[in-house]
Parts: sequence; C-alpha cells; structure tokens
Amino acid sequence: MSETNAPTVRYVRDAMLPPQRPPVSQIGAARWLRENLFDGWISTILTVVAAAVTVWLAMKIAPWLIHSVWNANSLAECRQIVTEAGGASGACWAVIRVNINQLIYGFYPSDLYWRPNLAFVLMVVAAAPILFQGLPRKMLWFSVLFPFIGFWLIWGGSVWVPVLVVVGLGLALGAVTMASATTSTLVSVASGLMIFWMIFGDPLSFALDIVGLVLGLPTLSLGIGWLWGFVPYPSIGIEAVALNPVIGGGAVRDILPVFGPAVAQLDQLMPVALQSVPSRDFGGFLISLVIGVTAISMSLPLGILLALGRQSDMPLIKGVSVVFIEVVRGVPLITLLFTASILLNYFLPPGTNFDLILRVIIMTTLFASAYMAEVIRGGLAALPRGQYEAADSLGLDYWKAMRLIIMPQALKISIPGIVNTFIGLFKDTTLVSFVGIFDPIGRANAIRANSDWQGVYWELFIFIGAIFFIFCFGMSRYSMYLERRLKTDHR
Amino acid sequence: METMAERNVDRSHMKVSDEVAIQITNMNKWYGAFHVLRDINMTVQRGERIVVCGPSGSGKSTLIRCINRLEEHQAGRIIVDGTELSSDLKNIDKVRSEVGMVFQHFNLFPHLTILENLTLAPIWVRKVPKKEAEETAMYFLSKVKIPEQAHKYPGQLSGGQQQRVAIARSLCMRPRIMLFDEPTSALDPEMIKEVLDTMIQLAEEGMTMICVTHEMGFAQAVANRVIFMDQGQIVEQNEPREFFNNPQSDRTKLFLSQILGH
Repeated sequence: MSETNAPTVRYVRDAMLPPQRPPVSQIGAARWLRENLFDGWISTILTVVAAAVTVWLAMKIAPWLIHSVWNANSLAECRQIVTEAGGASGACWAVIRVNINQLIYGFYPSDLYWRPNLAFVLMVVAAAPILFQGLPRKMLWFSVLFPFIGFWLIWGGSVWVPVLVVVGLGLALGAVTMASATTSTLVSVASGLMIFWMIFGDPLSFALDIVGLVLGLPTLSLGIGWLWGFVPYPSIGIEAVALNPVIGGGAVRDILPVFGPAVAQLDQLMPVALQSVPSRDFGGFLISLVIGVTAISMSLPLGILLALGRQSDMPLIKGVSVVFIEVVRGVPLITLLFTASILLNYFLPPGTNFDLILRVIIMTTLFASAYMAEVIRGGLAALPRGQYEAADSLGLDYWKAMRLIIMPQALKISIPGIVNTFIGLFKDTTLVSFVGIFDPIGRANAIRANSDWQGVYWELFIFIGAIFFIFCFGMSRYSMYLERRLKTDHR
Repeated sequence: METMAERNVDRSHMKVSDEVAIQITNMNKWYGAFHVLRDINMTVQRGERIVVCGPSGSGKSTLIRCINRLEEHQAGRIIVDGTELSSDLKNIDKVRSEVGMVFQHFNLFPHLTILENLTLAPIWVRKVPKKEAEETAMYFLSKVKIPEQAHKYPGQLSGGQQQRVAIARSLCMRPRIMLFDEPTSALDPEMIKEVLDTMIQLAEEGMTMICVTHEMGFAQAVANRVIFMDQGQIVEQNEPREFFNNPQSDRTKLFLSQILGH
C-alpha cells in the first residue's frame, strides 16, 4: 500500500439520508388525543362521560339561545314570539335592551348621561399612566386631579367645592412639606392638626376629637390628616368621617361652618356650576364603578399605612392599627354598610345630610383597607431583614426606606393578594343593594318587580354576571402582566 | 497558610493619624437577658485598618453593627466622627451616611439596576443631582472593575460581582469609615480573591476600615491591628505580626490553632 497513492480515507458518504417522519401515533392531533384524552382506560371513560355531559348541556341550552328574543316590551310578548316561532322556551334579552339605561345609570337624568360617560373616559385616561409604564409621567398630574373632576362631573353642583378642596389640599401639603423640612414628620403633622383644630374647632369638640382619635383611628388620621395641615377648606367631611367614626363626624362639625360660606361667597363672585344630581338617583353599573373604583384606589394607600402601623415600634400606633384591622376584618361588610346608612346619622350635626353614597364608599374603603393591610403585611414579612439594614446603613430615613426600598418589593410580592382583594371588593359592591342603593342587582330586582318583566331572571343575572366577569378578569390579567413586568430576580 | 504573596501591597498611603475616628467607651449590650458585649473599650484612629476575629457568637458582628447603630447599645458611649450615637434619629442618620457598611449577604436592592443601587442614597440622602450621582457611580463601578454590569439587575451577577457592587454602593456615599461584616463568608472560594483585592485597594487609598473576617492572609497583608474577641469581650489586640506569631492568651492560641491548623 505504501508505494501506491492510496487514499487514507476509504469511504465518505456524499448523500445524506433524508430524515424520516416519526410514526403517525407520535405527532400532531393523534398524539395530543392519546396523551390528553385517551391515556389509559380511566381517562378514556372520563373523556366519554365529559363529552356526553357537554353535549347534553348544549342540547338543553341551545334551543333557549336559538330562540333569543331581542325586540319585545314585556315578558308576555317575548313568550308569544317564541311560541309563534315554534320554540318551547327562549331567552328574552329584550329585558336588557329595554332596561339597559336603568342597568347602567339608574335614574340618572337621561339628558345628563354625557357626564358619567365623560367621567368614565377620563377615568381611563387617568388610570393609564398609573397602570402602564410607557406613558409620559406628566399625565400623572391629571391622575391626581381626576378624583375631583370625576366627583364634580357625576355629582354636579358648584365647581368651587372641588376647586376649594384641591387648593386646600395643595396648600396643606405645601405647609406640611415645609414644616417637615425642619422637624420630624410626625411632629409636623401633629402640630398641623393641633393648630388647625385650635383655630377652627371649638374646645369641646376638639377634646372629643382627640378622644376619638385615640380610641379610633390615629393611624388613618395621620395618613389622611397630614393632607390637612393648617388649612380649613380641605375637609369636606369625606376624610373627616373616615378619621373618627367613633366620635363620628366630629371634624365635620368643626369644618362645615367655614367651608359652606366660603363656597357660597365664591359662587356669588363667579358662579360656575353643573346641574346637581342627588345621589339617590345614581344606580346600576355607575354606582358599582363609583364605589368600586374609589374604594379600590383609596384602600391601597390606607392598607399600606395600616400595615406599616402594625409593624411600628410605637405602641400607640401599633395598638390602634391592630385593633382597627381586627375589628373591621371581624365584622361583616353588610354590618358596616348598615352602620353607614343608619348609625352615622346620629353622630352628624342635625340638619347635615351627608351623602349616603359617600358614607358607603367610606365604609367599603375601610373594610377593604383592613384586608389590604394584612395582604401587604405578608409582603413585608417576606422581605429579608438585610433589605431594611442595607437601607438603614445608607442613611435613608424611615419614610424614604419604606418608599424606595421596602414598599416596591413588598407590594410586588403582594400583587396576587392585592388584586384578589380588589376583585373581592368590586364584587362586594353589590351588597349595597341592601341599604337601598340601586346597584345592578338592586336594579335587576326592581325590574323584575315590574309587572311587564315578572318572571325574568336568567337573562338579567347572566348579563350582570358577564359584565362583572369582564372587569374582574381584566384585573386578573393585568396583575399577571404586572408581575411579569416587575420580575427582576432572574431566578 | 495561604498568604497574599501574589500582590505587593502599596503602603505609601496607609497612614494612621492622631485624629480619633471612633471612640467606644465601656460599651455594653444585651439581647434580653443575654449579655452580648461586655465593657468594650476601643479607639480607632483615622487611617487604621482593623481586623476583628473570633469564634462565632463572640459578638464581633454585633460590635461593628453597633457602630452604625443597626444594633442599639444599652450602656457606655460610642462616638463616631465626633457624633455620639444616642436615640436622636438625626445623629443616627448623620453617622450612617458617613459610615459605609458591607454585609455578608450583599443586601443589594433586587428591584433596582446596579446603577440605581449605587445612585439611590446619594440622590435621596445627599441630594446630589442625578447626572452627577451617575458619574460617581460609574467611577466606582470602574474601580471595582465591573462598569459593564451597570444596567443589569443584581440577580444577574455572580456573588463576587454583587459584593463588589455592594462595596461600590457604600463608596458612592463618600464614607470616611468602612465597616465590613464577613464580606467573603458567603462567597465561593474563587470569588473571595476578587473581593479581597477590592478591599486591599481601598486600604491602599488610606480608608479607615474595620473588617470582621476570617481571612487571616488579608489581616497579615493589610491590617495594622488585629482584635480577637471571645464571649463578648475583647480578649487580645496587637499588630498582626505579633498577634499571629506570639499570641498571649490561651483562647487566642486555641482559636489560631483551629483556624490556621488546616
């Protein structure tokens, strides 16, 4: 071999064999069916039974859906149309078509529908920069102002009410910020409250309020109260009642005499007003959204403060937070709603008609914030101690450490629980039908009491359920999106 | 015994001045009824590099955590840079912003990028403009040799890199004193060196440092004083050569034989 020029490599394949297809039973639909539906005899039996049940249900429901009636003015008319078409039963969606405005707006004046509609659109605009990151940060200013714009659009009345509240809150915030630059946060807030009450409250109610604060909700009052500062106008009583339900509206008693005349004066100077709509005319999904959205957006900050209060080293703040959380969480929401609708009136000064819807919103918010506090406490507990120590060792003070280091992480951990509470809260708004507010369920019952529609229930409740589902499912999907976006641990 | 032979430590800037950086007098601390630290007396001059060692549970971590008041002492006095640590929050924040601390488990903020980890305290505590803070951050990141990681999250870095970021994070506050609480104990062996190198570099620049560590090679190469603690007391302190070659107390001898024996 060595003399010849023989190749050292004897054979090289120059044409590759084409890849073979896997057996038919191992690919595509056949494989999927085998693995998921007919994998063993138990699974085969279950598949067959499930298929049978599905078909049976579909056969029961299909005729009812096929004979849907959209145009009719009463249930009797519906049934007549179905019989004429030769069906045994049919869905009477006409009840929704005829009553759609009632289901959405209640008895809100129909020529003013544009106001809640506009408020809804603006709400979406205001929520967008909070929910999504890519939008310009300047839009957040609108988000801050929206609650007041929305309130004015839906309730109507003098524009000076929300304007004074905004101006007052702004001034108070500025005052507290300036004060806290020189002294500690707690001291400046406390002194702000003291000065405020000493000037504008009478001594007796001041004393009562202090008792109320001690017995009631100092944590909350510090949270909301710091917005008050030195200025008389900000408190139209929303915060006031939230502050101390124990003494009940002590602050309203102090403030209304100042606030009312101020609005009246400005109205004389420059009257700008929308037609006022009494809140007893609100109803349907309008009310669900107003209560749900307000309570959802207020309960998160309150819950954060309560959770921090419960972790506090200061015995008073800790004790009050614990008592508040345990008491509110231990009482059925419906009890709180009855309290809001009936009991609070006893504590308000005679002649004050404090809006029922506002009272209900406050109670729902307080209820949700107690749950929220516990959810967030779970997130706080999950953070390693090292995070607190690292923040401390860099010289960050308590509030900065909480805001920049602790809360972003704790809230991220708590997202599923927070959204769970939100969804529960939104569905719980239907409970207000028990205190005479015509939410969708209340409206549906009223519609069914009408002789035209007596006997309709599936269609109404399917419709209401579907709308609630869309909102709740939306929240759920959003929370999953948020969890993905905030995932930075790369585990 | 492992030494730092491969690196010549530049001692030209390591100068101990007469100025007192930390003064601890008759300090005692209890956890409930348990007496953790007993009659600690210690003076640290500016420019000193002190290594604190001792068996676990001897109170060495607690001691340095008292210096920036992550732990509260119950008796005695601690004066850091002329500021006495008391319950006054303003004093505590002042001391903390001037004393850097590096932890065993890094404690980086996992929700922020490396750059944000470094700029957070300068921006929010020192009120440094963002751009300037970022420049400083990049300077120190280059110093610890990982500027290319600036926009990653801590979870994407190795342990050694994370610890170097943690050191850079402290340095961004321009501290006058650095405390190290077992900075290499949670690291894989091959990453210990990169962190020690960073610490040596700091020492070469004249930083006042107190390190709780079991890296005796580091102690020999860099420290000007080694403190041995046991059962909450300072048992012995000496300059490193004397400390290792001629330990006085039996407890020190036992400890050294255990730690250097293998």
